Amino acid sequence: MSTDGKTKLVLGYGTCGIAAGAAAVKEALESELATGKYDAYLDIAGCMGFCFREPIVEVTQADGKSVVYGDLTAKRVPQLLEALAAGEVIEDWVVRRSDDPDAGEGDFLSNQHRIVLRNCGNINPESIEEYIATGGYDAARKVLNSMTPEEAIDEVGMSGIRGRGGAGFPTGTKWGFARKAKGDQKYLVCNADEGDPGAFMDRSVLEGDPHSVIEGMIIAGYAIGATQAYIYCRAEYPLALKRLDIAIAACHEMGFLGKGIFGTDWDFDIRIKKGAGAFVCGEETALIASIEGKRGMPRPRPPFPANEGLWGKPTNINNVETLAAIPWIIAKGGDKYASVGTEKSKGTKVFCLAGKVRRSGLAEVPMGYTLRQVIFDVGGGVREGKEFKAVQMGGPSGGCLPASLLDTLVDYDAITATGAIMGSGGMIVADSSTCMVDLARYFLSFTQEESCGKCVPCRIGTKRMLEILTRICAGEGEAEDMERLEVLAADIKAGSLCALGGTAPNPVLTTLKYFRDEYEDHILRGKCTAGVCPALITLRIREDICTGCGACAKVCPVEAISGEKKEPHSIDADTCIRCKLCLSRCPEEAIYAE
Amino acid sequence: MEKIHMNIDGKDIETTSDRTILEAARENGLRIPSLCNEQRMEPYGACRICLVEVEGARGLLPACYTTVTDGMVVRTATDELMRIRRTILELILSDHPKDCMTCESTGNCELQDLAYEYGVKDHRFRGEEHHYEVLADNPLIERDYDKCILCGRCIRICREVQGVGVYDFVNRGFDSVPGIPYNKPMMESPCEFCGQCVSTCPTGAIISIPSKGKGRTWQVEKVRTTCPYCGCGCQLDLHVRDGEIVEVSSPVMVGPGQGNLCVKGRYGYPFVHHEDRLTRPLIRKGGELVPAGWEEALETVSKHLRKAMDGKGPDSIAFLSSARCTNEENYLLQKLARAVVGTNNVDHCARL
Repeated sequence: MSTDGKTKLVLGYGTCGIAAGAAAVKEALESELATGKYDAYLDIAGCMGFCFREPIVEVTQADGKSVVYGDLTAKRVPQLLEALAAGEVIEDWVVRRSDDPDAGEGDFLSNQHRIVLRNCGNINPESIEEYIATGGYDAARKVLNSMTPEEAIDEVGMSGIRGRGGAGFPTGTKWGFARKAKGDQKYLVCNADEGDPGAFMDRSVLEGDPHSVIEGMIIAGYAIGATQAYIYCRAEYPLALKRLDIAIAACHEMGFLGKGIFGTDWDFDIRIKKGAGAFVCGEETALIASIEGKRGMPRPRPPFPANEGLWGKPTNINNVETLAAIPWIIAKGGDKYASVGTEKSKGTKVFCLAGKVRRSGLAEVPMGYTLRQVIFDVGGGVREGKEFKAVQMGGPSGGCLPASLLDTLVDYDAITATGAIMGSGGMIVADSSTCMVDLARYFLSFTQEESCGKCVPCRIGTKRMLEILTRICAGEGEAEDMERLEVLAADIKAGSLCALGGTAPNPVLTTLKYFRDEYEDHILRGKCTAGVCPALITLRIREDICTGCGACAKVCPVEAISGEKKEPHSIDADTCIRCKLCLSRCPEEAIYAE
Repeated sequence: MEKIHMNIDGKDIETTSDRTILEAARENGLRIPSLCNEQRMEPYGACRICLVEVEGARGLLPACYTTVTDGMVVRTATDELMRIRRTILELILSDHPKDCMTCESTGNCELQDLAYEYGVKDHRFRGEEHHYEVLADNPLIERDYDKCILCGRCIRICREVQGVGVYDFVNRGFDSVPGIPYNKPMMESPCEFCGQCVSTCPTGAIISIPSKGKGRTWQVEKVRTTCPYCGCGCQLDLHVRDGEIVEVSSPVMVGPGQGNLCVKGRYGYPFVHHEDRLTRPLIRKGGELVPAGWEEALETVSKHLRKAMDGKGPDSIAFLSSARCTNEENYLLQKLARAVVGTNNVDHCARL
């Protein structure tokens, strides 16, 4: 089909878009376009990052001008197409427009620096041709045809890129270890076992630009001397897996994977191993055990996988985001990459903005941005104009940072100094309605459940910490509990086998450090100031606001609310179970927790 | 193997580069406590009791898993390490029955010994405790996972040493526990009832049913002998109380079996005290088996052998030996067949 002169419609078709209803929008667009009434054609792309406005369509006119529309529904499709045909823009739906990039939500994108996400949302991830048209696979061809493995490692080393899976180990150095390791067979593994609650950058990259990861793997495999690679991807990512399958098959057809790739005598192939969804399998030794068909449990290091990895052979494991940056680094030069960022943290980092942030979505920013820039300039600040309270960096292994640390730089060392970690890139924003003790309890309940059970400090220690937190939230905390948590946390951090246990206490330690008053409120004053912990709150109705509509009484599951029609109602505190259904239902916002 | 020099707790020692810190310490008379480590298996690094401080290393390292290097300086009992060990023991005890009084393994329990040594009680961490059903679904092995410390030794000895793999961990986190696929009874699993899991379990989580209640470790006399079942020569310790064998174990890293036994060696002892056991020769006289002396019995055998030889030739006779005899005994029997009787008709039950 010739596309010349036609308007291009690109539908965001990642998991986020589909979850928001993009499938119905796609169907509607297809059937409307099939009528032939419109001089336009439809393509799909992965997540553009505007998750908060999905489903999204980017409309690009023949003259190159584009408008991104959000909040689409199947019903809105005819209206959209009519407007297009009439050459009009539907202002209310506009997310971003190329002729005024900062307008609308445009600054979400213009404040970013996209290297890893360079193609996400721009190309059809199921088309190798579209990837190649962006210069894709040129870097792999260049490395295989004109560079020695050592030169490739040096280039990556020069870029200063550090492992984006969380630990931040310099990638070039890691490759160097695997290159130097002795072994008749070496393996490369792409760690796509993204498991932090609130983190979805790897999924978005795999769904939006799988070829960038594959190309990164081809380069990495050549550099370290691995002819066989695995992508360890969780089975809960069916779309990512499907697009990887399509991409790998296309690479085989093009001669980019298999025997003698890119016309050289170098063999390289990739197999996908589906993980069954254990958080701990993101830890490299547990991941290796899982690929080998064993229960995913970590083992102590040393020996490191670079020397004894998969099937006992030298193995190099890199994260999705790291690998996706590699082709760019080779194509543009390590020095170009290193020109972005801070002294010790180079390049960019992809963050998943989630929680109470106004623009929840996927954002890539240069290292050296402040957290404030990420959350406010890119993320648009806190939802409903509420006050920012904290940001949880690095998921359940990370820490909660208060407003006073908003000027901390996005930099491995700067973030580590606060007690949080860069982690894989989850950023969960909390506002005044978030109880920090409850948040710490939530994250610990996650790590506790995901502990593999192998070592004692993690298996029983985090359980005991969780029990203390649960008691505090239930109003049964004791004055000594804060110290108990700190003492136990120190031994768990020092004594655990792997990073899961070693970092599990971080959310507790950072909330104890930065939000100690909330712990004291719970324990000493029997109060949950955020109004979250059921045992510590009382729900009340403001008589001056209540109109007596009875909506609250209707939803109350325990009939704790009474009152005459059109007269202020009241809640019987003894019967109330603090489910807060009434609070969410009241049209006048007359119900509050104290 | 390269010779190396290192220092543990101020003591200079010489060892070889294939050793772990734990092995090097042990060989030099230094004790580093451990729970999940056992010499018959690969190191595992789970219990964290053997954590040590290695100069220049990031974080604490498990002595059982860490290979020594030249110039390594190790500290095994710093304040931090002692504190962490106590915490770990306390955590284990916080989910462990306090029934040492009646526990089968009292006196033979590595957890009990360490709790004693470190003066640990479980008072600091109250919380949920597991209450599993005691599994006694077969005549030999009983499992009480309330007492399991998840050292993985049963799982590993079954897989690494026996090559069977009956167990693995099931569930996650606090609820992790060793199990048999689909929670089937042991009789329906590939278990060979060698009892190797019993032999390595550091607590009373896996015990031998036939030995239950029959004697504490200090109440029995251990009599070293060689297993009579085959020619391997595994060393046995018969646990004898009041003239009765109440249990059989094998000393770890001793003899050809290195402490490993099969089902016959470990559990095949009731014949010793069985009333049907043959304790003297019997000669069939007029269709009846009649007790006889050794002299008479051997004379009878010799007489009949000679009769057969003289009448129908040596090849009318065949000798059938047994795997329960030693190699030397089997050698002598074939010598008797070939050199004395003159036949090559020699066979052995283990060939069948």
